[in-house]
Amino acid sequence: MIIKINRKIVSNIPAHVVLIFWSIVSVFPLVWMFAASLKEQNEVFSNLSLIPQAWKFVNYLTAWNVGNFGVYFFNSLFYTAVTLGFALFLASMAAYAFARFRFIGRNIIYFMFIGSLMIPIPGAFIPLYVLLIKLGLADTRLGLILPYTNAALALAIFILKTFFENIPKEIEEAAVVDGCSKFDMYWRIFLPLAKPAMATVSIFTVLAVWNEFLLALIVINNRNLMPIQRGIMVFQGEHLTDYPLLMAGLTIATIPLLVIYFFLSKYILKGITAGAVKG
Amino acid sequence: MQGMDSLWKESKRNWGVYFFVLPALVIFLIFGLYPFIETFKISFFEWDGIARNPTFVGFYNYIDIFTKNKVWWSSVWHAVFIAVFALTIQNSVALFLAVLIYRDIRAKRFYRVVFYIPPVLSLIVVGLIWRFIYNNEYGILNHWLNMVGLENLARPWLADPKTALICIAVVQSWQGLGNAFLLFYAGLQVIPEELFEAAHVDGANAWRRFIHITVPSLIPVSTLVTILTLLGTMQTFPLVISMTNGGPGFHTEVPVTRIYKMAFESYHFGYATAEAVVLGVMLLILSLIQLRISRKMDSR
Repeated sequence: MIIKINRKIVSNIPAHVVLIFWSIVSVFPLVWMFAASLKEQNEVFSNLSLIPQAWKFVNYLTAWNVGNFGVYFFNSLFYTAVTLGFALFLASMAAYAFARFRFIGRNIIYFMFIGSLMIPIPGAFIPLYVLLIKLGLADTRLGLILPYTNAALALAIFILKTFFENIPKEIEEAAVVDGCSKFDMYWRIFLPLAKPAMATVSIFTVLAVWNEFLLALIVINNRNLMPIQRGIMVFQGEHLTDYPLLMAGLTIATIPLLVIYFFLSKYILKGITAGAVKG
Repeated sequence: MQGMDSLWKESKRNWGVYFFVLPALVIFLIFGLYPFIETFKISFFEWDGIARNPTFVGFYNYIDIFTKNKVWWSSVWHAVFIAVFALTIQNSVALFLAVLIYRDIRAKRFYRVVFYIPPVLSLIVVGLIWRFIYNNEYGILNHWLNMVGLENLARPWLADPKTALICIAVVQSWQGLGNAFLLFYAGLQVIPEELFEAAHVDGANAWRRFIHITVPSLIPVSTLVTILTLLGTMQTFPLVISMTNGGPGFHTEVPVTRIYKMAFESYHFGYATAEAVVLGVMLLILSLIQLRISRKMDSR
């Protein structure tokens, strides 16, 4: 028995070597970023080890206040939270209707959403910008949130519809007997059941919104409204060689993502598995 | 006809259901479908984005793109280079890692979580970290090369026209690998265990099992990975902006940086949307070809 287990471990050693190597390659840039964020300005050019000499945690304070990263951080938090709220609410309602009712136009509307997932539209940001100007939404918070919500909807509807379709009919029938209205049924029965699917939608939406750059670049020019990815590029443009502060800013932009990721990582695999199997 | 009739009745009885769909639909029509359709319309005009009246120019923008615009087509080729790099190197490493981890191995979950860290990160953050790593004077890459005695290889990686694009392709693949890995891993998980057991009993060795069971089972997921890789790399933008902004010269321009600059730096909104349509159509055709090929392979 022991020999058997040992043999298994030994035969796996080459695999582990490869896997550990790629693990290091995967995280090294982050470690490098974090190390540099704690160095002194002139240390960046002289000390290329991963261990800072100065441990200047004050870099974070400077980046946060002087570098304006505090403002960018809370803006991103706001955009992400509001978009997520909108997307979850609108998508779950639509998905509920698509999954549980037959009505004229259902297939056409549903395929429009799914089609928008598959057809590449690399230049739609130009007419979108024109539209936002016309609506008076350019350089406003809403001007970013509404397009973000739209961008999140299709995938969210797809994931939630698949989930709602698999809920057994009996649950619904029992509720109908109790005199539940459609909205009650959705709100009290289907929504609470959909928590795992909502978690999958949430992690993908949060990553997409927090990391979005192109629309933020076009729509927002007011520094007080900029999300963090846009703010980073502004900071980078103005402090070309201030690497410790820039790296502190990048770390600030990365930590919330990593925290959420470590909590919800199993839902990423779930979402991807669902997508991969559907093909 | 009967089906139609009952659908009509059901719709009437369930009219309240439209209120569930309406909010999402309205957002989609305004911020998704309308800009999509407008992209085509604007592409037939010459317009600076400001003037009240765009000038209709017919196919002029398209003709110019196809006959004169060398910068645009070189940007397309740069993206193709990044795509081919990702399709070959990135995706084969991803498949290799997925196959390794799929075996009965310790710390599976740990590796899976770590490998997916790069795709979680923002491309702006990734681009700026790597720009620092590649830096001529204080980047760690040149530092290491000097340390191991390869100082003649050290160079300003992103400022050298010979290496800038490759450097971007490397980073794009470093970031995208986790995604391909996870898709392959998910694809492997749905292969029924019995298939392997049966093959094992029949005396098929590991390599034959891989070729005859694993590979065919992975065709659908490979199609998905290929299409996602293509769409992702051909439309790359934040990475290029944060690493080189298209430079040196035009050596790392990609289609979306061209479209963006044509609209928001040169103020040719019509021309930029025409470029976007050309790119979009090319991507659509590539995706459809890929789908057809995989269907054929699947039915064999």
